[in-house]
Amino acid sequence: MFTKPSLLTAAMVVASGLMSEAIAETPRRGGTLVAIVQPEPVTITAGTNVAAPTQFVSGNIFDGLVTYGIDLQPKPALAESWDVAPDGKTITFRLRKGVTWHDGKPFTSADVKWTLENIWKTIHPRNKAVFLEVSQVDTPDEHTVVLRLNRPSLPILSTINASGAQILPKHLYEGTDFLTSPWNNKPIGTGPFVFKEWSKGNHIILERNPNYWDKERPYLDRIIFKVIPDAAARSAALEKGDAHYAAFSPVPLKDAERLAALPNLKIETRGYEWLSPLLYFDLNVDNAYLKDVRVRRAIAHAIDRNAIAKRVWYGFGKPAVSPIPSTVKQFHTADVPKYEFDPKRAEALLDEAGFKRGANGVRFTISHDFLPYGDDYRRTGEYLKQALKRVGIEVNIRAQDGAAFIKRIYADRDFDISSSWNGAFPDPQIGITRMYWSGWVGKATPWTNGSGYRNPEIDKLIEQTAVSSDPAQRVKLFHQFQKTAQTDLPTIPLIELRFFSVHSSNLRDLTVYGDQIYASLKNAWFAEPPK
Amino acid sequence: MVAVVVGIAIINFFLLQLAPGDAAQVLAGEAGSATPEYMAALRKQFGLDQPLYVQFGRYIGNVLTFDLGFSFRHGMKVSDLILGRLPATLLLMSASIGLAAILGVAAGFIAARNAGRLTDTIISSVALLFYATPVFWIGLMLIVVFSVWLDLLPVGGMTAIEAGYTGFALAADIARHMVLPSVTLGLFYLAVYARLTRAAMLEVMTQDYVRTAVAKGVRPYRVALHHVLRNALLPIVTMLGLQIGSVLGGAVLVETIFSWPGLGRLAFEALFQRDLNLLLGILICSSVVVVVVNLLVDIIYTLLDPRIETI
Repeated sequence: MFTKPSLLTAAMVVASGLMSEAIAETPRRGGTLVAIVQPEPVTITAGTNVAAPTQFVSGNIFDGLVTYGIDLQPKPALAESWDVAPDGKTITFRLRKGVTWHDGKPFTSADVKWTLENIWKTIHPRNKAVFLEVSQVDTPDEHTVVLRLNRPSLPILSTINASGAQILPKHLYEGTDFLTSPWNNKPIGTGPFVFKEWSKGNHIILERNPNYWDKERPYLDRIIFKVIPDAAARSAALEKGDAHYAAFSPVPLKDAERLAALPNLKIETRGYEWLSPLLYFDLNVDNAYLKDVRVRRAIAHAIDRNAIAKRVWYGFGKPAVSPIPSTVKQFHTADVPKYEFDPKRAEALLDEAGFKRGANGVRFTISHDFLPYGDDYRRTGEYLKQALKRVGIEVNIRAQDGAAFIKRIYADRDFDISSSWNGAFPDPQIGITRMYWSGWVGKATPWTNGSGYRNPEIDKLIEQTAVSSDPAQRVKLFHQFQKTAQTDLPTIPLIELRFFSVHSSNLRDLTVYGDQIYASLKNAWFAEPPK
Repeated sequence: MVAVVVGIAIINFFLLQLAPGDAAQVLAGEAGSATPEYMAALRKQFGLDQPLYVQFGRYIGNVLTFDLGFSFRHGMKVSDLILGRLPATLLLMSASIGLAAILGVAAGFIAARNAGRLTDTIISSVALLFYATPVFWIGLMLIVVFSVWLDLLPVGGMTAIEAGYTGFALAADIARHMVLPSVTLGLFYLAVYARLTRAAMLEVMTQDYVRTAVAKGVRPYRVALHHVLRNALLPIVTMLGLQIGSVLGGAVLVETIFSWPGLGRLAFEALFQRDLNLLLGILICSSVVVVVVNLLVDIIYTLLDPRIETI
């Protein structure tokens, strides 16, 4: 009772407290929620742009066919119900009736068909692969959509929320060039909040949709998304109550503990389940040293993933054992080759590989390029440098900006070890397998196969999981995939990241969905009117 | 002068080509996932699929017709983006430069008149402190003290948008939001002006004409103001010219800390996002400002010191 609880426990207490409050209290209408969005989004239509800030805002303006609960099971939204035929080749969605776009036009099956055929299947960064097998979209009436597939594609049911597969108004986009459409920055959706104003560099204002199909909701009158570029200024704004909500670990990790102790703020780690982020090192298998699997395993043994989670990431992470995070319960397995922290074993492996310590104690020197997304990744790199120095590998840390990093790792492949994170999503086919599939090598596409790993066996496993219609079979295939990946170890999974949100303790029911950070705030309400 | 601006524009274009990576890679990177088809579509839209000489030709054509081009990332014309941020920038800059110049010269004036005494020591030490303290640290400390602890001033931004002020209330609200950023930005220059004024005045004080004026029986205050300060203003004007020249991009840190929607931040973000059209547009505008301000400084020189002739 008198010991200080860890941050995560505190957050869980908060979370369970919120749930009971939700049952006990009746939501209060009204109030303007000030949220922080950082960096400023490029666009607020998630049609092709699936960057986090875009989805963070856009999920309030648009609805998906479904939403995902904390357990990641789909719940009705624009689709009231859906069936998957036993052979997996037909998926039928029955749409909600009486839904209108913000400009008053009715929402129909034609909008779904148009978006699927013109956006999801063509240029959408994530969905292209998922919807690839859809050969035909039938719309027998205005409220029924039937997808006909050449081969089954079960991941479809894991990506059809408001930001993952955003449905766009056909009547505004048809016949125009999507990428240059002016509607992308003043979107018309069906969602709980209506776009009002975007002052670039300043703020985005959304207002309550009075005609929303979910009659009671939303409870808030307005949401203002403010752009606050400096992390310390974000801390101050939250602390002072100038802003009520910020997501994606918005303040430095060392500030989080201080903010969590304040009575007017709460730290929340739920709402990121749909994302299931995994931090990893990519080892360039074309490197003279790293091409030897014993060296890669030695590096894995030299790294203490517990230390990375606890010390480098201040407890906002959990050591990873396989490339599929444990939060993706259905497909994760811990039954894979493990690499316990064991510097002696690492040294033995390096000796065995023929890289003995030289006169100065150094076996060889490699470089490390950390993901330029903030100090946490730099610190992870510094940890790597120290850990590997201990087993005789010298590491030079290189820093660059985002554009240079992507070019170096994925286009030029001029690196040795890089760090990065991928969202696994509820189906690893959406976010994880692309790190291992050889078809991505040399395609200059960010966050794909950075290590340059090619293994026909794993390629075959990945291709089978994509088209299998049998859920049990897919689980087996993914287990085998994880075993192979951890045996060859082109990529070292480090920790399952725990992103956190900070919000005013005056706010209730802010986190209801497993994809909350990308979903709408239609359930949120202020217990007392905000100042 | 036009040649200078065009020359700068050409150098800028090729200099920025050296930055690794392009806007499509940045966008795809931010998205967390991408397909080659998506990136190809972006490159085509941005005109990045064209050979460099075609891109350069288009750019120079734009520059010569006073068209700053289009920012594909923002989906807006570069001129609209710049004009949208200009009022915030001008407001912050005029407030901070005004504060720095007036208080700085005044402090330097007082210090010089009391050279060697306690007042001088205090002013010089405080000026040195402001001069040596990093701008971002001053900004954060001001936020912590005046916004978080004392709750007197807002943390950042330009207006309290949620309050929905109009008219005078809006102007007062903007003024409240401006205090901390302009003080933060102004303190460094205030220190520079104070030190410059003090040094220049002390030097002028040793001149023969000052001794003559004193011998003539001119009152000390008049000597200091008319004979000494006026002649000591030349370096101040030079510094002022330099500071104004950096208006369109010199305030990145302050704009970032205080979420001020100005041009410095726009340029800074454009660089990281490889939004070259936007960055080039801002750089051209900056170079025009620098050239014009330099001209003005030369003219002011001749007004302050008629011995300097206009070219």
